[in-house]
Amino acid sequence: MATVDIDLPHVKDHDHDPHHHGPAKGLGRWLFTTNHKDIGSMYLIFSLCMFLIGGLMALVIRAELFQPGLQLVEPEFFNQMTTMHGLIMVFGAVMPAFVGLANWMIPMMIGAPDMALPRMNNWSFWILPFAFLILLSSLLMEGGAPNFGWTFYAPLSTTYGPPSTTFFIFGVHIMGVSSIMGAINIIATILNLRAPGMTLMKMPLFVWTWLITAFLLIAVMPVLAGVVTMMLMDIHFGTSFFNAAGGGDPVLFQHVFWFFGHPEVYIMILPAFGIVSEIIPTFARKRLFGYPSMVYAVASIALLSFIVWAHHMFTVGMPLVGEVFFMFATMLIAVPTGVKVFNWVATMFRGSMTFETPMLFALAFVVLFTIGGLSGLMLAIAPVDFQYHDTYFVVAHFHYVLVPGAVFGIMAGVYYWLPKWTGHVLNESLGKFHFWMSFVGVNITFFPMHFVGLAGMPRRIPDYALQFADFNSIASVGAFIFGLSQLIFVYNIIHNARVGEKATAQVWDGAHGLEWTVPSPAPYHTFSTPPKVD
Amino acid sequence: MSTSSYYVPEQSRWPIIASLSLGLLAYGAGMTFNAMSAGGSSIGPYILGAGFLVLFYVIFGWFRDVISESQGGLYSEQMDRSFRQGMLWFIFSEVMFFAAFFGALFYVRTFSVPWLGGEGEKGVTNMLWEGFQATWPLMVTPDPAQFEGPKELVDPWHLPLLNTVLLISSSVTITIAHHALKEGHRKKLELWLAATIVLAIAFLYFQVVEYIEAYTHLGLTLQSGIYGATFFMLTGFHGFHVTLGTIILFVMLLRIFDGDFTPKQHFAFEAAAWYWHFVDVVWVGLFIFVYVL
Repeated sequence: MATVDIDLPHVKDHDHDPHHHGPAKGLGRWLFTTNHKDIGSMYLIFSLCMFLIGGLMALVIRAELFQPGLQLVEPEFFNQMTTMHGLIMVFGAVMPAFVGLANWMIPMMIGAPDMALPRMNNWSFWILPFAFLILLSSLLMEGGAPNFGWTFYAPLSTTYGPPSTTFFIFGVHIMGVSSIMGAINIIATILNLRAPGMTLMKMPLFVWTWLITAFLLIAVMPVLAGVVTMMLMDIHFGTSFFNAAGGGDPVLFQHVFWFFGHPEVYIMILPAFGIVSEIIPTFARKRLFGYPSMVYAVASIALLSFIVWAHHMFTVGMPLVGEVFFMFATMLIAVPTGVKVFNWVATMFRGSMTFETPMLFALAFVVLFTIGGLSGLMLAIAPVDFQYHDTYFVVAHFHYVLVPGAVFGIMAGVYYWLPKWTGHVLNESLGKFHFWMSFVGVNITFFPMHFVGLAGMPRRIPDYALQFADFNSIASVGAFIFGLSQLIFVYNIIHNARVGEKATAQVWDGAHGLEWTVPSPAPYHTFSTPPKVD
Repeated sequence: MSTSSYYVPEQSRWPIIASLSLGLLAYGAGMTFNAMSAGGSSIGPYILGAGFLVLFYVIFGWFRDVISESQGGLYSEQMDRSFRQGMLWFIFSEVMFFAAFFGALFYVRTFSVPWLGGEGEKGVTNMLWEGFQATWPLMVTPDPAQFEGPKELVDPWHLPLLNTVLLISSSVTITIAHHALKEGHRKKLELWLAATIVLAIAFLYFQVVEYIEAYTHLGLTLQSGIYGATFFMLTGFHGFHVTLGTIILFVMLLRIFDGDFTPKQHFAFEAAAWYWHFVDVVWVGLFIFVYVL
C-alpha cells in the first residue's frame, strides 16, 4: 500500500454543523441509527451471537460423534443440527462479521464521512435479526427445522423437506435482500466517497477485497433467490424444475445453487485476505509486498469463481468435457492464491517482526488457510474426488478454509481494530491465550477429519463404523477446546473494551493508513470534511 | 471528487419499520403457503396483509422524506452519484435474478431434456421413462400421469408480438418524455409519459388475456411440465416487474403534475426510465427464447 500522508481537518469543532453531534440516547440510538460505526457494531455483535449459537450446534454434533452409536440425539435432530450449523455460520456469523468490519473500517480507511446510503445501511442490518428469528423458530415447528444440509439439494429439500422449508425459503429471501443492499452500499461508498487523492490503487487492500466481494454478492445473491423461488414453486405450485417426471432435473438445482455457492465461498474469504494484508505489513514493519499483484490476484480469483461451480458435483453424472473443464478451471485458482501467499511471506521476509495477537491470528491464517487450499486442490482433481466426495475429507477441507481461514481472519481484524473502536487496548496475555487455545483446538478438531475422510467416513451421519472411533473422539475433544476458548475471546472484548489501557491514535507502532490518524476511540463522526491524501 | 460535505441523514425510523414489514411478509407468506398446501386455514394471510400495509406505509413515508430532502437542496452532486450507482447496481442484481431462470431454461433445453430422451452423453437416463421423446417445447412430459403436458402453445406471432411492439414503443415514448423534461417542455413530458403508461397497461392487459387463454384453452399451466414452469416463471416475474415499473411511472406522472423535477435535477425520473428499459430488454430475451425459439 502506498504511504498515505494526510492533512488533518478531522476533529474540527462540531458545533457549527447541525449533523455533528454524539450518538442519541437509549435504545433509539440502535434502532434508528444512520451511523456507520453504530451499524458496524451491531453487525459484529449479531455475528458473535450467531457464532456462539452455531457453535453450540457444532458441539451437539461433535458430542454425538464422540463415539460410535447413537448416544445423545435422534438422527433427525442430528440432521437439523448439521443444516442449521452450516446456515447460521455462513449467513449469520461469517458474512455479517465481514459487513460489520466493512462498516466500521471502510469509511475511515478512505476518508468518507459515513456510508453512501446510511439509512439503507441500517435497513440492511435490521433485516438480519428478523431473518434469523424465522430460521431459528423453525426448530420449534412441526416436523422440525430444515434437515437437508446447508446446500439444501432437491429433492431432499423439495419432495422430502419438512414444512419449515417454506419458512427457510422466505428467510433466505429477506437475508438476500439484506446482503444485496449492504453490498450496493459498500460499492457506492468505495467508488464515490473516497477522499481527494485516494485513488483506487492507493486504497488499503481491505477496501479492495471488499469492493470485489460486494460485486460478487450483487452478482450471486439474486441467483440464490432464484433457486429458492424455484424450490418454493416446486413445493407449493406443482412446477417441475427439479423433478425429472415433468422434464426438469434435480441436477439443475445443484448447478444453480453452486453458481451462487462457489462465489459465496469467496465472499467469505476475500475480506479475510484483505484483513491479513493490513495486519502483516503492520507487524512486519514493511510495506505490503507486491500491492498491485495482490489487487489483480483478488480480482482474478473473483472472476474465476464464476466458472468453477461444478467442481462441487463431480460425482453427479456430468459429461466428461464438463468434468475436465471444471477441474482445470478450479486448479487455475491456485495461481492467484499462490501469488497472495507468496506476497504475504515476502512481506514478512527480513521484516522487524513482532507477534502481538492480531499478528498471531494472521500468521495462523496464512499457514492453515494454505493447508485448506491444498486439500482443495486435491478435491479439484475429478477422478480423485470420486473417492473423496461427501466424505469427512471435504468437511476437513472447508473447515480449514472457513475456521482458521475466515473466522481467524475476522478475529485478527477484531483484535487489530478494536482499540480504535473502543479506545482501550485488549489484554495481550488473554489474547495470546485465546489464540493458542484456538489454534490448538482447531487443528485437533479438523486435522483428524482428513484421515477419517480418506478412509471413507461419510459426512452428515450421526453414527459411523468402529474403525473411525479414535480420530472422531480426538476431533470432539478438539471441538470442545476450541468452543470453550471462545469464551476467553468474549470475556476479553467485553471486559477490556471498557477497562483496558487507553489506546493511542496509532495503536500499533507499525500501523499506517487514514484510520490510524483519527483518535482512539474514533469520534462518532469522522471525516465530515474529507482529508487530503497525497 | 467533491470536497463539500456529504449529506448524512439524521436518525430515521423507516429502516426498522421496513425490516419489521419484511419479517411479517416472510413469516406470513410461510404460514399462508404451508396452510394452502396442507389444506388448512391459518392466520398467515393476516400477517402477510399486515406486512404489506406496513410496507406501503414505509414506502410512502421514506420516499416522502427523501423527496423533501432533495427539494430542500440537501443533496450534493456526490449524493446524486450515490443514488445513481445504487440504482444501477440494483438493476444489475435484477439482471442476475432473471439470469437464474434463463439459465434453468437453457440447461433443460440443451442438456436434461435431450438426455431424458436418450440423446447425448447422459442419454442413459432414458431408461427412467423408456420411449420418452425429447422435444422442445416439451409437449409430452416423461410422466404424463403426474405432469400432463400442454395441449397447445401460445402463438408468438399474435399477442406476444403485439406485446413486443407495445413494450418497445413504450421505451421510445419514455425517452421522448425524458428529452422533453430536459428541455423543459412540461406539457410534452406529461403527454409522452402518460402514453408510456397507457402502453404499459395495454401490455399487462394482453399478458393477462394470454394467461387466461393458456390456463383455460391451451392446457399450459405451472403444472404442465418444465415448459410451463419456465414459461410462467419467466413471463410471470417479468410481468411483476412491468407492474412495479408501471406503478413507478404513474408516481412519476403524479409528481410531474405536482410540479416536481427540473430540467437539471430529476434523478427519480431517470431511475424509473432505466428500470423501464431494463424490463424492456428482459422482454426481448423472453420473446426470443421463450416464445419464438
